[in-house]
Amino acid sequence: MQARGFVHKYGDNVDTDVIIPARYLNTSDVKELAAHCMEDIDAKFSENVRRGDIIVGGANFGCGSSREHAPAAIKESGIACVIAETFARIFYRNAINIGLPILECPAAAREIRKGDEVQIDFDAGTVTDLTAGKSYKAEPFPDFIKEIIKSGGLLKSISKGIIP
Amino acid sequence: MAMTMSQKILARRAGLEEVTAGQLVRAKVDLVLGNDITSPVAVNEFEKAGFDRVFDAEKIVMVMDHFTPNKDIKAAAQCKQCREFAAKHGIGRFYDSGRAGVEHALLPEEGLAAPGELIIGADSHTCTYGALGAFSTGVGSTDMAAGMATGETWFKVPEALRFNLRGRCGGYVSGKDVILHIIGITGADGALYKSMEFGGEGMGSLSIDDRLCMANMVVEAGAKNGVFEVDGITRDYISDKVTRGYEAFAPDANARYAGVFDIDLSAVRPMAAFPHSPDNVKAVGDAGGVGIDQVVIGSCTNGRLSDMRTAAEILKGGKVARGVRCIVIPATQRVFLECIRLGYAEIFVRAGCVFNTPTCGPCLGGHTGILAEGERCVATTNRNFVGRMGHTGSEVYLASPATAAHSALTGKLSCP
Repeated sequence: MQARGFVHKYGDNVDTDVIIPARYLNTSDVKELAAHCMEDIDAKFSENVRRGDIIVGGANFGCGSSREHAPAAIKESGIACVIAETFARIFYRNAINIGLPILECPAAAREIRKGDEVQIDFDAGTVTDLTAGKSYKAEPFPDFIKEIIKSGGLLKSISKGIIP
Repeated sequence: MAMTMSQKILARRAGLEEVTAGQLVRAKVDLVLGNDITSPVAVNEFEKAGFDRVFDAEKIVMVMDHFTPNKDIKAAAQCKQCREFAAKHGIGRFYDSGRAGVEHALLPEEGLAAPGELIIGADSHTCTYGALGAFSTGVGSTDMAAGMATGETWFKVPEALRFNLRGRCGGYVSGKDVILHIIGITGADGALYKSMEFGGEGMGSLSIDDRLCMANMVVEAGAKNGVFEVDGITRDYISDKVTRGYEAFAPDANARYAGVFDIDLSAVRPMAAFPHSPDNVKAVGDAGGVGIDQVVIGSCTNGRLSDMRTAAEILKGGKVARGVRCIVIPATQRVFLECIRLGYAEIFVRAGCVFNTPTCGPCLGGHTGILAEGERCVATTNRNFVGRMGHTGSEVYLASPATAAHSALTGKLSCP
């Protein structure tokens, strides 16, 4: 699996309240949620984002509320992958469970700039900043998380009998 | 191999003799929780995946607390969806407006959390029940759906930070000040993927309400769960609430920790977390009296009876400062009724406070106390992210009930 897109860059501790503010949580319709994605830290995100784009955040990305609406809104926005130094643990689980690709890659998260074009090879675990001409190696997932991703999410992996 | 408290609980519920940090385990859950925001997503996923029955209707709890009493038509539809799912699957522990409360205040009251139990909830503050010696953690809606279907979930066994508490809190210093002090030390991701385990002789001076408040906020340090050792205070608290058997786990004396912290409770001062992160902590006395527009006293962090008592003591006979709105929200029906019975409700109303039925409401910027641009609020809640309580240009200062009540009287961030 590959992804190639332009980068939307954010700092440390991006919380799920800014990814999707609670005032919009009176619906679980992902299209409505995506329309307000990142609104409180990047008012023009939903206007600017293009299918295949990539979000790059710092440490503790997705901290705060457990709302699965957050990774769902990012996924529906067309984001192909979120790269961060680290992810908050509930966001990490949620992203895997719903099939939003994420990668922990501290060096890439620090160095890649807003607007850079980035290519990701998920099988090789490599992140390449095409604009800067630099490659990075991401942290590999444990095998069973790879299985969840391959199955298309947690519930499908349960149906197939693949959990540790 | 020596184990921490959290590791012992996970090992027991996974049916293993021992576990080590980093190991992936599949464990049986004792309770699966959801609320009116996260449950609808879980119900959709549950049905989409083709599950037709829940693993055990007795072990599923749904609490309508976030956007209730229904704040708008969409919120009403979400509660209706939950209500219909609960009825269809025979989920008796469906807590609706008028019989509910803020979930993490309600479940301990109802005896639904006990030492040694493994609890998952589709709400990040599910970590609260670690105050009673449970392994308790927040998950998302898909994990909730999987838990409802199978009664099991997967975990990566965490390593732990150990907090040895000694001494006792002075004056109006409470569990809230202690956990803010600790988050100030660890930072917002200092406990990422880890447990925070609390013990030591200082525990004896912390009430269950103090401990529930502290365990509630471990997620603000990034922790997977927080857990307190079980002592006489725990056993007294659950004695009239929990009738089933339970098992208390102590950590092995030689358990290995990723970090050990000694916390002298007597040295903790009234603390506040400044905008816009729970780890941006300062002593209130050093903070220079920030002018405020609103105070909120309530939430799963500080909406319990002892919190109401503290607020009432401070507000008794006084008046909320001109230009300040003070909103008091007992966290459960039981706490609400006690506030009426003990005269706290009258004190709040005479002081010029809003006194409201249990709800999460303003904590997450849902309703009942939203802030305009440029407004500042002292709140006993647990998060002060950008836009958390309203406009992105508003500010929330997290503090204890004593500090919040005192700030309501003075019109600025201040403590008694």
